[in-house]
Amino acid sequence: MLERGEVANSWRRERWDSLRLLTPSWQSRLPGVSYDGPDPDGYMTAGEVAELIERFAKVARAPVRTSVNVTSLRRADGGYQVTTSDGDLASQAVVIASGACNRPTVPSLAGAVPGPVAQLTPFDYRDPAQLPDGGVLVVGASATGVQLAAEIQRSGRPVTLSAGEHVRLPRTYRGRDVLWWMDRAGVWDQRHDELDDLTRARKLPSPQLVGTPERITLDLNALADLGVELVGRLQMVRDGSALFSGGLRNVFSLADLKMNRLLEAFDEWAATTGADEVVAAPERFAPTRVPPSPRWRIDLTSGEIRSIVWATGFRPDYGWLDVPVLDAKGQLRHEGGVVDSPGLYALGLPVLRRRRSTFICGIEDDAREVIGHLAGSLGNVKRKS
Amino acid sequence: MTTVDNGVNVEALLGAREVLKGAPEAAAFTWRASSKWAHGVQSQVKIQNYFGLGEEQSHKSESVFDADHPEIFAATDNAITPIEYLLVGLASCLTAGVASVAQNRGIQLRSVEADLEGAHDIRGILGADSDVRNGFNDIKVTFTIDADASKEEIEALVAQSQKRSAVFDALTNPTNVTVEVA
Repeated sequence: MLERGEVANSWRRERWDSLRLLTPSWQSRLPGVSYDGPDPDGYMTAGEVAELIERFAKVARAPVRTSVNVTSLRRADGGYQVTTSDGDLASQAVVIASGACNRPTVPSLAGAVPGPVAQLTPFDYRDPAQLPDGGVLVVGASATGVQLAAEIQRSGRPVTLSAGEHVRLPRTYRGRDVLWWMDRAGVWDQRHDELDDLTRARKLPSPQLVGTPERITLDLNALADLGVELVGRLQMVRDGSALFSGGLRNVFSLADLKMNRLLEAFDEWAATTGADEVVAAPERFAPTRVPPSPRWRIDLTSGEIRSIVWATGFRPDYGWLDVPVLDAKGQLRHEGGVVDSPGLYALGLPVLRRRRSTFICGIEDDAREVIGHLAGSLGNVKRKS
Repeated sequence: MTTVDNGVNVEALLGAREVLKGAPEAAAFTWRASSKWAHGVQSQVKIQNYFGLGEEQSHKSESVFDADHPEIFAATDNAITPIEYLLVGLASCLTAGVASVAQNRGIQLRSVEADLEGAHDIRGILGADSDVRNGFNDIKVTFTIDADASKEEIEALVAQSQKRSAVFDALTNPTNVTVEVA
């Protein structure tokens, strides 16, 4: 196992200070390691996640070589040649487990933002004190965007949040964590080969959730209550002005409708499985409130906005991968983790084999199946030789 | 189970989607219109040809659109105002979307009606107040739909139709427009 830094590197270095897991601690289980602390319904801090992974590395006796950075992977002699910062390796099979979030995605229109406005990605951002005083434009309303918008607004910097299509979820539903429902009602078990639109499922933005001790819901209504101004998707920066989509109302409708369909599916599951006995009564949440007249233009030269935080997603970095297995959009071509090149595999990508693939509790089943395929293919190689 | 028929060939559309995923050049369309000044603030626009699927295409026949301005603008009011054509485009685009999405979701439509209102402060175009924009400030579309579906399913049809509408996108999002003299 090659690790560019130390065990749980990204959890130590690429997370903002206040970040906690979106999943309750009881869900953070790995083979041989599960949460045994005092608050199984709470949410681990990034530091606690790093400890969990470190503990797993010890329990699993994983042969981790730390501070070894892979700079190139290429086909060689029926297998692969791996070039690293600590010499070369030859391997029959390789598992790419470097994840889907190596780099923050920043739209190209960032280049047109006037110079005096500071720009940060979630990798640069640690806490609100780092930002200049004054207004902050947070672009993106998935988990990262809503969490940063809330804490920046609370720091006294007025936040404008630019929201495109998003996934709205309540933190708790009928008295249970919404991710308890995803887990128990089988949503997370939906397999990659059963989904109607796998491409869409893999691109699904992270839900508007935050892990706090108070188990608060952090949807757009909650942000509006904090005083955050909502505007449409950032479409263009022209003549120093940010131009936002006038379609804000519809992205609210889409998110509300989708959330309600999910809650209906939960209710149906609860009614048919007897889970009704262990949860509270069904509930519905107020529709997302549309501001009377959302702004579609903000002059970025006026001084109103002093900084922009790009919460516009993350992408994998395959700059080191010298095997032609990427699609036109730069994503790995694979079928359930079996990459389109013999002996090459992937783990830990969105909906790799099932919806839970990118959660800590999702790796075990995926790994077993992918490694099963890998072991089988190595067996074939040996039998042939 | 009765067969749903809204008169939309969804199979053809889904087939086109699959084919064009791997053929972006065929998906590049150019729509064209040619206009001619009539007199005063009236003009005539003709549309027949366009480019798509890698070659020149032609509508079955030429369409002719007159545009003028109302008498309260001191004009002849021989035809609708150009900005009203935006409502024509938006209404027909969203309605086509509702029918297509309904067909795809197996929802039989009985009637689909929409009323549109565009709020327009004409001080902008008159140059009476430089803080007022020239175009619409707000557009409101109200659908009345009779279909074999729940209220939520109908709301979802309308939401999805906005999500996939060319004219909704063109109106809600900025577009680079180049105007030249030949």
